[in-house]
Amino acid sequence: MKYESQGIAKLYFIAAIALFVGQILFGVTMGLQYVMGDFLFPEIPFNVARMVHTNLLIVWLLFGFMGSAYFLVPEEAERELYSPMLAKVMFWIFLAAGVLTILGYLLVPYARLAELTMNDLLPTMGREFLEQPTITKIGIVIVALAFIFNIGMTVLTGRKTVINLVLLTGLVGLAVFFLFSFYNPDNLVLDKYFWWFVVHLWVEGVWELIMASLLAYVLIKVTGVDREVIEKWLYIIIAMALISGLVGTGHHFFWIGTPDYWQWLGSIFSALEPIPFFMMTLFAFNVVNKRRRDHPNKAAVLWALGTAVMAFLGAGVWGFLHTLAPVNFYTHGTQITAAHGHMAFYGAYVMVVLTMVSYSMPLMRGQKAANQTAQKLEIRSFWIMTISMVFITLFLTAAGIMQVYLQRYSADPLPFMVVQDEIAHFYWAREVAGFTFLYGLILYIYSFFVKGPEVADVE
Amino acid sequence: MRETFTKGMARNIYYGGAVFFFLVLIGLTVDTVRSLPKTDNSENLTEQVAAGKRLWEVNNCIGCHTLLGEGAYFAPELGNVYTRFGESTEAIKAFIKYRPVEGVEGRRSMPQFNLTDEELEELAQFLKYVDGIKTARDWPPNIQG
Repeated sequence: MKYESQGIAKLYFIAAIALFVGQILFGVTMGLQYVMGDFLFPEIPFNVARMVHTNLLIVWLLFGFMGSAYFLVPEEAERELYSPMLAKVMFWIFLAAGVLTILGYLLVPYARLAELTMNDLLPTMGREFLEQPTITKIGIVIVALAFIFNIGMTVLTGRKTVINLVLLTGLVGLAVFFLFSFYNPDNLVLDKYFWWFVVHLWVEGVWELIMASLLAYVLIKVTGVDREVIEKWLYIIIAMALISGLVGTGHHFFWIGTPDYWQWLGSIFSALEPIPFFMMTLFAFNVVNKRRRDHPNKAAVLWALGTAVMAFLGAGVWGFLHTLAPVNFYTHGTQITAAHGHMAFYGAYVMVVLTMVSYSMPLMRGQKAANQTAQKLEIRSFWIMTISMVFITLFLTAAGIMQVYLQRYSADPLPFMVVQDEIAHFYWAREVAGFTFLYGLILYIYSFFVKGPEVADVE
Repeated sequence: MRETFTKGMARNIYYGGAVFFFLVLIGLTVDTVRSLPKTDNSENLTEQVAAGKRLWEVNNCIGCHTLLGEGAYFAPELGNVYTRFGESTEAIKAFIKYRPVEGVEGRRSMPQFNLTDEELEELAQFLKYVDGIKTARDWPPNIQG
């Protein structure tokens, strides 16, 4: 760690991982509700558990992105962070807002929360992933602006690298597109159309910029490969992400009352969306093979390679499976979507944050890399979580295929709930994989505390 | 990557591609918004329907159901529930009204939201309006949603 202010990232990463645990606990709760419908009913109905599960994911990934930026930007810019104080203050504001919102979901009925937070003044609640009370959304905007100001000033008054600038572009995009969450027209088609300007343009747009720049940074650090080479890859990857992903938004406009031409545009452009992810895989393996040094942090290298592979599988392959309009006609809004969502979020965004954590945490704790025992444990937890996620995805995909056939495709379509009973054994299998994931996560956290022989420092 | 392909070229593809396709998205958005009145059933978007949409939101219905295929996959699709319930807003209202407070043993059950009769009517009218939206190929594929 070259600059003292990079250490602020530690705070953000600890919060991120704590919230990650909460997310998974609610995940296994929901998984159980899928097969034991009355579990925790009516205290924590499914909709509340789901809201907590998805919102915790978003909040902890944002903590992860911010922590990553605070670690990476000073080093790239070759100066201390513009205002370490502001970064600390914003951390506590964001954490308080996040925790209060989650408690609000859990402790009062959602309609009462809407009332308490005066949703009527500017109704934005009750839309998928954007369930936060309006006041929380305003808080998110304030935190994001302060964060971007802080990072922006650091970048602009320091050394400007491609990694810094791409990351900054991604973060600005994240803040700008979030503003669409305040637009909630009565016309449902319009509402849905612009809702995707937050959701799609985040995860299939600007977040890919953030992800690619974080990955590029870690790869430079652990492989020692020439910056010129890595920056060229970075540009071409994010170029493909935006060229395919912007009009690729159209794959969400097939069946919501929007014009028919979206079926063509959405199919064609989103069929290109796997390309940037495939290039990320090529990129990661390419530079690791050409490495000029063997970095003592083997776990970080594994996370970086894992991110590239799993993002390609989850976002690329599983996305492509159901993105063509004639296929999506049958699969839209089934467990196929859930399968894709799980592996894509884990592979792309969870893993890239854990890559940054893996690389930077030892440095912030005054080590080159975690000790041998800790790394061994971390690598084991990598495999357990990743393989569990592969199985969660496979079981949900199987459930989805059955659901599509029984409910949508067969000559005699069955009602939704009848079909759910038919496919329950896949949900049980998914739940087992979910608990295995939780076990992997516990092991992962334990790896930060375990003692062992120091790693040999081979430069 | 080969030396003939320089970083400058990659950067230009990024900037050029991003700006161009962003403009394309904006253009398509303008066209989509203009042509929506043909399909979006806005002629039936009454104040009652708007109030129903708000109820839909503040009770987090999307946390279990899909609506035009978007939402959670725990409970049935509601974009065509009006058709599925025999084009009867009364049937929709009755279903929501008589959910058991303590649920159904071992089964998934919709919570009891304690809506007033007026609110039930608004919510039912909202679902009727959504059913009137002309989706491409008349999605969902069949009445089961």
